[in-house]
Amino acid sequence: MKERLTSSILYLDNVHVAFDGFKAINGLSMVLQPGEMRAIIGPNGAGKTTMMDIITGKTAPDAGDVFFDGIVDLTKQDESSIATMGIGRKFQKPTVFDHHTLEDNLLLAMSGKQTIRSLLFSHRHQSETEHINSIFETIRLASRRNDLAADLSHGQKQWLEIGMLLAQDPKLLLIDEPVAGMTDAETLETARLLREIARDHTVVVVEHDMDFIRELDVKVTCLHEGAVLAEGTLDHVSADSRVVDVYLGR
Amino acid sequence: MLRGISVVCSWLIWSFLACSASAQEVDIKPIIAEFAQAKKFRDVEVIVEKLGATGDSRVGSSLRALSDGKLKFRISDGEVFIVEDGSAFDPITREKISIGDGDPNSFKKVKVKNSLRRKIAATLSGLTLKSTSVERRLRSASTIFKNADARSLEALETALVDEENIDVRVAFSDAKAAATLASDRSSDEKLIAIDRIIERGGSDALSLLSRFSIRADGELKTAIDAGISKIQSSLAVWASAQNVWYGISLGSVLLLAAIGLAITFGVMGVINMAHGEMVMLGAYTTFAVQELIRASAPELFAWSLAIALPLAFLVSGTVGLIMERGLIRFLYGRPLETLLATWGVSLILQQCVRTIFGPTNREVGNPDWMSGAFEIGHLSITWNRLWIVVFAMAVFTVLYFIINRTSFGLDMRAVTQNRRMAGAMGIRTSWVDAMTFALGSGIAGIAGVALSQIGNVSPNLGQSYIIDSFLVVVFGGVGNLWGTLVGAMSLGIMNKFLEPYAGAVLGKVIILIAIILFIQKRPRGLFALKGRAVEV
Amino acid sequence: MTLFSWPNRTENFVGVGTKAALLALAVFAVAITFANLAVPVGSALHIPDYIVALLGKFLCYAMLAVSLNLVWGYCGILSLGHGAFFALGGYAMGMYLMRQIGTRGVYGHPVLPDFMVFLNYKELPWFWTGFDQFWFAALMIMLVPGMLAFVFGWLAFRSRVSGVYLSIITQAMTYALLLAFFRNDMGFGGNNGLTDFKEIFGFELQSRETRAGLFFASAVFLGLFVAITAFITASRFGKLLVATRDAEARTRFLGFRPEKVKLFVWTLSAVMAGIAGALYVPQVGIINPGEFAPANSIEIVIWTAVGGRGTIIGPVVGAFLVNGGKSWFTGLFPEVWLFVLGALFVFTTLFLPKGVVGTVREAWTTRRSTASRVTKRNEGCIQTKNGDQTQAVAAE
Repeated sequence: MKERLTSSILYLDNVHVAFDGFKAINGLSMVLQPGEMRAIIGPNGAGKTTMMDIITGKTAPDAGDVFFDGIVDLTKQDESSIATMGIGRKFQKPTVFDHHTLEDNLLLAMSGKQTIRSLLFSHRHQSETEHINSIFETIRLASRRNDLAADLSHGQKQWLEIGMLLAQDPKLLLIDEPVAGMTDAETLETARLLREIARDHTVVVVEHDMDFIRELDVKVTCLHEGAVLAEGTLDHVSADSRVVDVYLGR
Repeated sequence: MLRGISVVCSWLIWSFLACSASAQEVDIKPIIAEFAQAKKFRDVEVIVEKLGATGDSRVGSSLRALSDGKLKFRISDGEVFIVEDGSAFDPITREKISIGDGDPNSFKKVKVKNSLRRKIAATLSGLTLKSTSVERRLRSASTIFKNADARSLEALETALVDEENIDVRVAFSDAKAAATLASDRSSDEKLIAIDRIIERGGSDALSLLSRFSIRADGELKTAIDAGISKIQSSLAVWASAQNVWYGISLGSVLLLAAIGLAITFGVMGVINMAHGEMVMLGAYTTFAVQELIRASAPELFAWSLAIALPLAFLVSGTVGLIMERGLIRFLYGRPLETLLATWGVSLILQQCVRTIFGPTNREVGNPDWMSGAFEIGHLSITWNRLWIVVFAMAVFTVLYFIINRTSFGLDMRAVTQNRRMAGAMGIRTSWVDAMTFALGSGIAGIAGVALSQIGNVSPNLGQSYIIDSFLVVVFGGVGNLWGTLVGAMSLGIMNKFLEPYAGAVLGKVIILIAIILFIQKRPRGLFALKGRAVEV
Repeated sequence: MTLFSWPNRTENFVGVGTKAALLALAVFAVAITFANLAVPVGSALHIPDYIVALLGKFLCYAMLAVSLNLVWGYCGILSLGHGAFFALGGYAMGMYLMRQIGTRGVYGHPVLPDFMVFLNYKELPWFWTGFDQFWFAALMIMLVPGMLAFVFGWLAFRSRVSGVYLSIITQAMTYALLLAFFRNDMGFGGNNGLTDFKEIFGFELQSRETRAGLFFASAVFLGLFVAITAFITASRFGKLLVATRDAEARTRFLGFRPEKVKLFVWTLSAVMAGIAGALYVPQVGIINPGEFAPANSIEIVIWTAVGGRGTIIGPVVGAFLVNGGKSWFTGLFPEVWLFVLGALFVFTTLFLPKGVVGTVREAWTTRRSTASRVTKRNEGCIQTKNGDQTQAVAAE
């Protein structure tokens, strides 16, 4: 067993990424403690999505350290192994499996560690059904479990995707703009859902909607030009004059 | 290149001089007639010398006949003929002359012996060396060089004194060196000669030296062997240069075939499987234009390609436009379906052409300026290949200009990079698609005009280029004309370098496998766009 | 035994249509064989030999379409090179059949096939050894296409080559093989390929019983392939296949390895195509490099598309429809066939993207689900947004 380098669940130190000269991430450092829920805000192009790409192994950083759970160097892993390690990710644009029923979507989400052989020949386990039921309860879509995911509304797809994340049973959830395009009622519902999830998961939420962030009531990090601009409570961050200048506006 | 030009110049001078030469004809006839009076070998020798002194190349036939014992005179009137297999010929023009009964006893042979034959041979080479025609002098020098004819040595030395033409002087000196090597002159002279031959280089020099290498010994042999390896390595360089040229030529063909595809694929992200058929339509347009010109205005034939170019662009461009408007736009965002649908179109177009023009190969004529070849150094270059390289570069330049300097090009680039954003900025993306597709198809059409010049035109023409074109585009990377250029050229050159080792077919197979492996390494090609934009 | 038991019904539901189709295929195969062999020649119910040969060929095409459907219909990999696997399987079978000729060849050489004698071969090339044994040939029929697909797929999927790029390099693959097999010194008969077969397992190849037997074997293998497809698509792995097709990146972030998933079906599909080729060759009596032609591979795609990709029996239907049409047209108006085939490509992609079977099935399920949806609305459930539905259709 390797020694833990930090007590944190996620540790980013001085990370840099450039695309054709454009510095998407420029000296980003951030630490996340187990069980914490963190909101990330920032203007377009601040590097929020790229940061998630780095954590989930989609993009390799040019420089810097990224550690998960204090021991795993994420820069050396690919998407699949990072996912099986326990990092789940919801995309900005909801991506669910349109041609499958909601139930199959969740079923697939919890089968990520299975081998091809067991995927081909194994039967569904009772515990899987129970897990699916409990997730449906959390995301409140139980009545539609046999419908195709394609038939869901935009907001429902977002919830289904969060449900799929839960089915993965990850240690860390990365959630990119969960309430974009949602009605106010749906936004409130999503905030409730996330708070519920945050009770036993570590969560990072990227969002633009300040009301939603206020609803979450967690520590906020503001990114700008690929680095942390301010960090603290929402009130602290929104009082920062630089944050106001680059993001919130006067 | 300079040498090439000077060859052309000397050819012009030669044809000019050839006209003025006929004035001297009068002088030879009486001298030849003197053979009938020659009683002793000495007399014959004098006449040979006289003939040699005229410097007129037309004495050659009689001298050669003399050497072969075929020069005879009629006993009755002393008229001199060349007699061969019982027929008589004029000693100057070698025209057949009717000699009535043809009784062999009515002729007498002009006496000749071996020492005289040597004299004749020297005179003969001296004669051609003094020929008024530069072309002929060069040829003679080259013959002497190849045969390393020691007997011509003295004639060469005399000829060199008077020679003014630079090229001929060079050739004479080379020939002299070869002759020296064959002669019984001193080793020092021979060493200088060897240096000279090495400097000349080429495969002739190589075979010459190789012949002497067997006989030579001592320092001569060392010098020759060193020379052989030197020439060999220089020849290897020339051979690679020739391969590079073939490669560039093939690359230009690939570039022409692929560049339209690169545009449509780059901008619209669709693979047009009927692209090859656009090329074919261009080639058939050329064929039709030439048929029309042959039938109605043959004097315009040299212009047939110039007429066919805009027509081919229009024909293929229009077909492309119809395809885009009538088919492809409904399949936007479904690249695999587009691939299948355009394949269907390609089958239909092929069958159309087969129905109209017949299934057999059609030959498209080369205008004069497209035929023939010339040499630069040890490189041989055919005019049609040269023009295709020039043409491909011209097409590339024009397209590059259109894409980077015109407002339509700006729209195109905008759509390539971010379709939705471009649409939001007020660019009519569907119009850009249609025009891009028409442009790409039109370019394929004019490629067809060019490709009709290097091969037969058949309904399957497009099929033979389509896979190569895809590979060029995929290899070069999408959305970048430079990628297509580099892709086409490197594939062309690689192909030609592999051919000597692996053979044409296996070479191609190796290239295909190499590209398949390359795609694994760089899935988006050589010049790929990077960053988040690509993922959309 | 549990390992191979039919999957749990509630999760892994094998459609009634598939079972019916398998039954129909069995009846068809038995009936044709019976009508050919047992019914006397003069009778109205007799099926002549040439029809059996033709249908046997179609069965092989259907197998090929089924194998392509597995990768294209369910996993979104449009292979333009499946003809290569088919031809490789065919060559492996052809090599066995060549060795069975023995001394009956034109030159009567005991070991070397005619073309080798003609080309002055002194001995059998090393890669021909073993092909006199059927078990070895059978192994190669599966192993050669399988290995090629495995290596090719391993390279391609690992570097995430997908979409049209993948299609083009599959086309380049079959094109490279076409060129290679045209070469005389490859040792596969060059331009002429392998032909003049005499017997298979000691049975006269030209005899009626052998031909009927081959026909029946083709039907059995087609049934097997359809069953395999049904089994795979009904399993959780099958769901993952479709998920990979629709949102590959998502599966990766769930911890799956789509490259492995693809590699598995890709290789399996190539083996199926190889078997199809092996059954095809003795029935048509020849295998030559023409089978590698890229145009052939694209034709397989259209069979699958016409029948309905992503449906279990669609490819079988498509292969029979298109090839039946081809036989009919080339008999009556040979020059029109290419127009028809071309138009078929255009028409299918534009107006029949789900194919015949897919469209019929959709009409069937819409009729049933409208009824159920009305009840749901009455229960006060959230309505489906029409926009999303059309989006989903367009995205396909």
